[in-house]
Amino acid sequence: MSRAETAVPGVRWRWTFGLFRSELLTTLRRWRTLALLGVLVAVPVLIGVAVRIETGGGAPGGGGGGEGPAFISQVTNNGLFLVFAALAATLPFFLPMAVAVVAGDAVAGEASAGTLRYLLVAPAGRTRLLLTKYATVLAFCLVATLAVAVSALTVGALLFPLGDLTTISGTRIGFAEGLVRALLIALVVSASLVGVAALGLFVSTLTNSGIAAMATTVGLLITVQILDHIPQLHALHPYFFSHYWLSFADLMREPVYWENLTRNLGLQALYAAVFGSAAWARFTAKDITS
Amino acid sequence: MGETSIGERPEPDAAGEGDGVIVTRSLTKRFRGGQLAVGGLDLTVPYGSVFGFLGPNGSGKTTTIRMLLGLIEPTSGTVRVLGRPMPRAARSVLPEVGALIEGPALYGFLSGRDNLLRYDAADPTSDPRTRRARVAGALERVGLTAAAGKKARAYSLGMKQRLGLAAALLRPRRLLVLDEPTNGLDPQGMREIRALIRELASDGTTVFLSSHLLDEIEQVCTHAAVMARGRLVTQGPVADLAAGARGRLVVRTPDVAEAARVLKEQGVGDVVAEEERVTGEVPGERDLADLNAALVRASVRVRGFGVERASLEDAFVALTGEGFDVAG
Repeated sequence: MSRAETAVPGVRWRWTFGLFRSELLTTLRRWRTLALLGVLVAVPVLIGVAVRIETGGGAPGGGGGGEGPAFISQVTNNGLFLVFAALAATLPFFLPMAVAVVAGDAVAGEASAGTLRYLLVAPAGRTRLLLTKYATVLAFCLVATLAVAVSALTVGALLFPLGDLTTISGTRIGFAEGLVRALLIALVVSASLVGVAALGLFVSTLTNSGIAAMATTVGLLITVQILDHIPQLHALHPYFFSHYWLSFADLMREPVYWENLTRNLGLQALYAAVFGSAAWARFTAKDITS
Repeated sequence: MGETSIGERPEPDAAGEGDGVIVTRSLTKRFRGGQLAVGGLDLTVPYGSVFGFLGPNGSGKTTTIRMLLGLIEPTSGTVRVLGRPMPRAARSVLPEVGALIEGPALYGFLSGRDNLLRYDAADPTSDPRTRRARVAGALERVGLTAAAGKKARAYSLGMKQRLGLAAALLRPRRLLVLDEPTNGLDPQGMREIRALIRELASDGTTVFLSSHLLDEIEQVCTHAAVMARGRLVTQGPVADLAAGARGRLVVRTPDVAEAARVLKEQGVGDVVAEEERVTGEVPGERDLADLNAALVRASVRVRGFGVERASLEDAFVALTGEGFDVAG
């Protein structure tokens, strides 16, 4: 009599993917998400134009390279360095802020809009919905990082010469190899955001206000970054999710220096496990009253 | 099947217990802070009924509905929906249940159609191949086909309500739980939705309908339950509930005092004289025409004479001792 009884359980996988696709599309169609991506795309444009103007009539090699984000002094020699410079400039704040907003909104935003109750009686299933939400936030980490990288690569190619590049260790690598490194770096940067994503999702399960969850997550992000710069707390520093973020530059060494990179990825995995479990424990036991 | 040796109350896990689509036993919810929202609720919603769920604001209706749908965990007691325990069996029960809970909730930045596509995608047992067709059918059914491409943000309250109903009708359901489904609709829209509910009920769908509109319950429902202060006051067929409160004889006249005297003389009980009218219990044996003749013989000028039918509202007030909060 009912359709549920005639459904084939084996096809479930595709349907789970259907919810993920719906979730991803819904997230990417919010004007808030688009605005965040717009800011991320604009940052490399600003850096590129600023560097171009600054060095426009002057000598190549760009003067006082000691200031500003890493790699910026090399941009005039090779546009590919704009990718590294832009990622180094956005990783401390713009990228994690965008992820914090999307992750914080993930569950709490649906709760404050009331749509959460309808998803749950559909029935999306609490664990399935939470996993879908987390997968979507992770996908957004990648999309956001790639937005910066692709924008930077485009601006770099338009404004500056491309070609072989010099690694931090002083060796030279070909442009193709440089592109591969750029892609690797983008992947590592997006993986660096996994911890913030898990933290944001957990905060999101604690409240029925999307704004409160977003603000709390961004607040935590800023607090951790500040604490990470207080020398007296150095014993705690290795446990801050942002501590090893800039280790992605080690991918530009020859040979690659893996120690901090693996520490970073391990730390992100730890955050994902701890706060992912906390979010699951909270969300599956929560009374939905919104 | 459901017989147990423990007592007349069926064992919660017995298969095929009772014959209710919804059966709750001693269902209780106490929120953190100790506030009792629902206490000891024994509700039985028969298969195929249109079941009205009545109660003033804050009487525990919404908490009950949320427990039925697995959104809130009961503090104690059991809930069985379609014969299976909730919230444990939510995955197999809820695909067969359509729900409208405390008004519609929509993604304002998505079109009406995209809202439904998203809700349908959330159901792991719905068939993605028929999704578009089913969404179109649901939109058609609530009269939103023309507005399907419009952003939900631009919908009027009535259109949002219809879209919420459409989400409940995305696939054939065995049970519909509708919380105030005609809220925000104009009279024409209300009639359409009531007709839709009757149509669904005639297809065999059980409808669990909460409403603050008593005449709506009277018009649409076969059964009803009344809640007050977290407790169930009564439940049963609507006809029985309304019969509990009897109609009253009403005489419209400028000669109030004289009319009241004559009616008492004629043996009418509980005579109440009001401004320009006198009411009393309908006498069981006497022909009403004789009463009227007696009034006229006593030179009482009668403007109107008749019996006002007892409404569910009278029954409600009699049961709960309080008025109905229509503002809700």
